[in-house]
Amino acid sequence: MLVDFFYRLREGGLKVSITEFLTLLELMKKRVIQYEVEEFYYLSRACLVKDEALYDRFDRVFSAHFKGVEDLFGPDGADIPEEWLRKQIELGLSDEEKARIEAMGGWDKLMETLKQRLEEQQERHQGGSKWIGTGGTSPFGAYGYNPEGIRIGQDGSRHRRAVKVWDKREFRNLDNSLELGTRNMKVALRRLRRFARQGAADELDLPDTIESTAKNAGMLDIKMVPERHNATKVLLFLDVGGSMDDHVKVCEELFSAASSEFKHLEYFYFHNCVYEGLWKDNLRRNSVRLPTLDLMHKYPADYKLILVGDAAMSPYEIQYPGGSVEHWNEESGATWMKRLLDTYPKAIWLNPEPQERWSQTPSIQMLSELMSQRMYPLTVSGLEQGMRELS
Amino acid sequence: MSDQRFSGTDRYVATEDLTTAVNAAVTLGRPILIKGEPGTGKTQLAEEIARGMGRPLLQWHVKSTTKAQQGLYEYDAVARLRDSQLGDERVHDIANYIVKGPMWEAFEQGIQPVLLIDEIDKADIEFPNDLLRELDRMEFYVYETHQTVVAKHRPIIVITSNNEKELPDAFLRRCFFHYIRFPDKETMAEIVDVHYPGLKRELLSEALNAFYELRDVPGLKKKPSTSELLDWLKLLLAEDVPAEILSSDDRRKSLPPMHGALLKNEQDVHLFERLIFLNQRNAR
Ligand SMILES: Nc1ncnc2c1ncn2[C@@H]1O[C@H](COP(=O)(O)OP(=O)(O)OP(=O)(O)O)[C@@H](O)[C@H]1O
Ligand SMILES: [Mg+2]
Repeated sequence: MLVDFFYRLREGGLKVSITEFLTLLELMKKRVIQYEVEEFYYLSRACLVKDEALYDRFDRVFSAHFKGVEDLFGPDGADIPEEWLRKQIELGLSDEEKARIEAMGGWDKLMETLKQRLEEQQERHQGGSKWIGTGGTSPFGAYGYNPEGIRIGQDGSRHRRAVKVWDKREFRNLDNSLELGTRNMKVALRRLRRFARQGAADELDLPDTIESTAKNAGMLDIKMVPERHNATKVLLFLDVGGSMDDHVKVCEELFSAASSEFKHLEYFYFHNCVYEGLWKDNLRRNSVRLPTLDLMHKYPADYKLILVGDAAMSPYEIQYPGGSVEHWNEESGATWMKRLLDTYPKAIWLNPEPQERWSQTPSIQMLSELMSQRMYPLTVSGLEQGMRELS
Repeated sequence: MSDQRFSGTDRYVATEDLTTAVNAAVTLGRPILIKGEPGTGKTQLAEEIARGMGRPLLQWHVKSTTKAQQGLYEYDAVARLRDSQLGDERVHDIANYIVKGPMWEAFEQGIQPVLLIDEIDKADIEFPNDLLRELDRMEFYVYETHQTVVAKHRPIIVITSNNEKELPDAFLRRCFFHYIRFPDKETMAEIVDVHYPGLKRELLSEALNAFYELRDVPGLKKKPSTSELLDWLKLLLAEDVPAEILSSDDRRKSLPPMHGALLKNEQDVHLFERLIFLNQRNAR
């Protein structure tokens, strides 16, 4: 039964390793838990699941597998043949796990150990352990490998509770693999953090050391510079208003989640295309406006510029003075884009529009060209490519 | 006196899922990784295991610049260099400049100690990987003095994470894992009880209702946690706020008293005020 459970978990998308499975068996041998199925549930979860987002998946497999578990413990169920078990386990093993088994002395050794444990278990069984059932002539029975080997909670009191813990599905809302994007977010964040940490260094300040030592009449005076972990500085320009709001929110969240990792991270907002002014606060878009030129003076060229927008607009908004839909712009969006890109050589544009549609939208084409093709889709892989471009 | 099993303490409410996981870690001497929302008692857990089981506690609080090596030991080369310049005798023995880290200290304890590695996710991504061998074998080698330090007893290692970074699979495979779910009302009442024994029943139940309702407000930037609830209760007690004020009628009309202890974010306060405003308008 336990081996089946192990495979059900793997089929259910939980990457349980044999190492972890053996740990569970070892704990049962050491009798960390008594005879209650609820305890077994907690123990197996602590051994086999290492991410709360997978708890719900575990609960479902557990529930399906141990449903009406009492009925399965008949006195004469079939034993699992050793050959079959070996095959099954080998199929499910990663190379690393195989190597580990080799290191433990190979399969035969493993089987021998299991047999030995059987004997120990049987002795205990005589002592009254409810964990061990009756049909234990196969090595696996004793070690909990077959359905007849274990009576889970048969005599425990808790399994009679109306709703079993695992059936409550309390962790359902942590399983974010269902919502598109949320799961990716974590990966994206990781990539972003790695990017933010570039430039970290643990160093001896050689020039300062030499100078100080000289001043010190040759007495060595070591100077260190503190490790700088957050070396990356970022200007984030976000397109607000209309269809972009949701994407902007995702982006804002993503970057603010990583913000402590950046040395500096400054947000600004624009609408459709960048012109002479930007907003610092996306709510009060019409009141406080910051001259783009001031910004370019304030933030030096080593800042990396990330623009986020769908770049979908009328070509006028890019090409012509006065083309903006919101105000009168003296100079064209293209002029401002070029100015920005001259100031910030490291720049990318992230676009939430599906990439297939880019070629059909002239304004996307134009902006992508202005960006020298450094436009990437707002997906994890797009973000990765973008970050690579920036570093 | 030291105990073999952990079952919570007079200061700490441990649910059965948590104690089962902890006892697994105690039994096999393998680390346990604890995750959970802020304020769910992750850090305090290690202290309570130590207290409850009568074990020494060693703590290692991880920061973004923390290196795995610092948990083992550090060689203070700069001090040695300085001493050599000053002609100090100590300089001839390198052992004088080896500074033991918390892991080394833990390995030296006469009984199985508890070692807290707090907020492992703050460190560099490589940090957990750099500790794999030490966590497995519970030993390490000191190059400077050519000595191998072996744990006298495999410590109970409690590692906490706030999920800022994902941890490598190889690391996770070596740990037990437990996610502390946000306590339900029943458990929370128990937790409050260990902090404020004998709190009036009505006050407790009204306060808990208000608290859980607040947590359910959609769109909060920061949901109040156990520690905020405890702080808030302390204020309510100090001001002798009567339970009636917290009752659900009043809750829809105004912010709860001393709400600053619960909502620490200006935006959240605004959001809440807006909701109350809407409630009142709809009520009319
Ligand atoms: N189960 C509990 N029993 C008793 N007190 C608790 C419990 N859970 C939380 N608390 C209380 O809540 C407060 C926060 O606990 P602690 O600092 O350990 O949380 P944490 O999970 O480490 O938070 P963070 O993620 O912010 O570091 C403490 O005052 C602690 O006493
Ligand atoms: Mg903590």
